[in-house]
Formats: sequence, structure tokens, C-alpha cells
Amino acid sequence: MDWTWFHRFGSPPHLYRIAGRLMPWFAWPTAILIALGLYGGLVLAPPDYQQGDGFRIIYVHAPSAWLSLMAYTTMALAAGAGLIWRMKVAHALAASCAPIGAWFTVAALGTGMLWGKPMWGTYWVWDPRLTSELVLLFLYLGYMGLRAAIEDPQRADRASAVLAIVGLVNVPIVHYSVEWWNSIHQAPSVMKFGKPTISWPMLTPLLIMFVGFTLLFAALVLVRVRGEILRRERQSRWVAEVVAS
Amino acid sequence: MSDFLSMGGYASSVWPSVVLTVGIIVWNVLAARRSFSEAHAEARRRVAMEQAS
Repeated sequence: MDWTWFHRFGSPPHLYRIAGRLMPWFAWPTAILIALGLYGGLVLAPPDYQQGDGFRIIYVHAPSAWLSLMAYTTMALAAGAGLIWRMKVAHALAASCAPIGAWFTVAALGTGMLWGKPMWGTYWVWDPRLTSELVLLFLYLGYMGLRAAIEDPQRADRASAVLAIVGLVNVPIVHYSVEWWNSIHQAPSVMKFGKPTISWPMLTPLLIMFVGFTLLFAALVLVRVRGEILRRERQSRWVAEVVAS
Repeated sequence: MSDFLSMGGYASSVWPSVVLTVGIIVWNVLAARRSFSEAHAEARRRVAMEQAS
């Protein structure tokens, strides 16, 4: 097998250039898909037979929760690759995921609370799904805090990578919490095996939002990872050439 | 239009959720761009300083 792509990916100037070139290809579809998904979800989709128009929160809540878990998984896998293969760009990638993931965990928790109030009668309960998503936020904050607290960048990379990998165990707990324990949170409608349990007119905008949020995450990571690479490589000649031009 | 805005009585839940999420998206776009341009400006300053010395 030809592994040159792997080594090229591991080269900071190469990733810096590729990320810059790819970013617009993610950014524009992101804007279009999220606009379409919001229009479809808030205007076109029919009201739910139980929750009326209140169910429309799903179009911002579920994609935010999806992004929060996708960002964590990406962060932990990149951190793992950084530990195993000592790839600097992998640590840069992991560090780029954390603030994005943390913000969308806040979005998932906040929209969930706003949804909980009319449906459950309360903003918050110490339910397995809600609690494990809150733990996810603390993992992100712990990861960023640990990085900020260690001055030597390489030690910060290694220590935070261990935290990220250990915390990965929380990702399936968030996802399966509604099936493993008796949860107040409704079961997944889309992210499960077998057919989705919601109708096509409701499902289509939701799928558009999932794709939109996935591309949004990619676009944000591509912008942030370029900054991370510049910070880590500031001593090298290629950076001097890139920023001078 | 007012039907749409009232969200079948769920306006006080639906609209803050949408505003919160869209706000976090916009904030993340701005924060990512700022993070990159700060790193870029910092690297540029460094190059200028090295050339001056």
C-alpha cells in the first residue's frame, strides 16, 4: 500500500495549504444547507401530532448534539494518533476541535432545556442523557483547561491527549443512555439501526441539518487548524515564507 | 405570519432555541477566523522582528 498520503498529511505546511484550499468548499454548502434545513424545519415540516410546533426545536437541538459528539470523537481519535505516531498536526487537529465541540455542547444543552420546559415541565432533571451530555461539556472544559495550564506545548499535547482518550468512553454513554437506562429523554428518531421513526416531510429537513452541521464542523476545524499549525511552527522557515507573501 | 411567529403556543421555547443555536454558529465562525488571523499576525510580527534584528 502507498503510504505517502499519510506522511504528506503529517507534514504541517502540506496540511496548512490543503486546509486553506478545502475550506471554501465546506463553508458555502454549510451556509446553504443550514438555511434550507431551518426553512424546511420551521416552515415546511408539518406539526407533530403530540408536541405541535414545539417539536421544531429538534431541528437545532439534534444537529447540535450530533456535532458535540462528532467533535469529541474526532478530537480523541486525533489525540490518539498524535500520541501513537507523534504527529504534530494530529495534536493541532485535536486542539482545534475542543472549542467548537464545547460550544455546540452548550447549544445542545441550552436547546434541550428550552424543549424540556414545555414538554417535561422542567428545564433540568438529573437524567442519564442530560447528565452525560453535561459531563461531555466538563470533558471539553477540562481538556482546554489542561492545555492552557501546561506551558510546554509538547507536554500539554500529551497530557490533554490522555484526557481526551479516557473521556471517549462518555460518547457511547451519551448516545445509548436513552436505551440503557430508564430515561425521560425521548429515544432517537434517526441515529439508530433500522428505519427512522419520523415521517419523510419531518425527516428531510433534519437530515439536511445533520449534513449542514457536519460540514460546518469541518469548515470550522479547517480554519482553526491552520491557526494552530502557525502557532506551533512559528520557528520554521516555511511559516516565514507563507506569512510574508 | 403571526401564526408562524406564535409557533402554536411554543414561541417562548422554539425561538430562543433557534436564536441560541444560530448565535453559537455565528460566534464560532467569527471566533475561528479571529483565532486564525491572530496566529497569522503573530507569525508576521515575528518575521518582521527577525528581519529587523
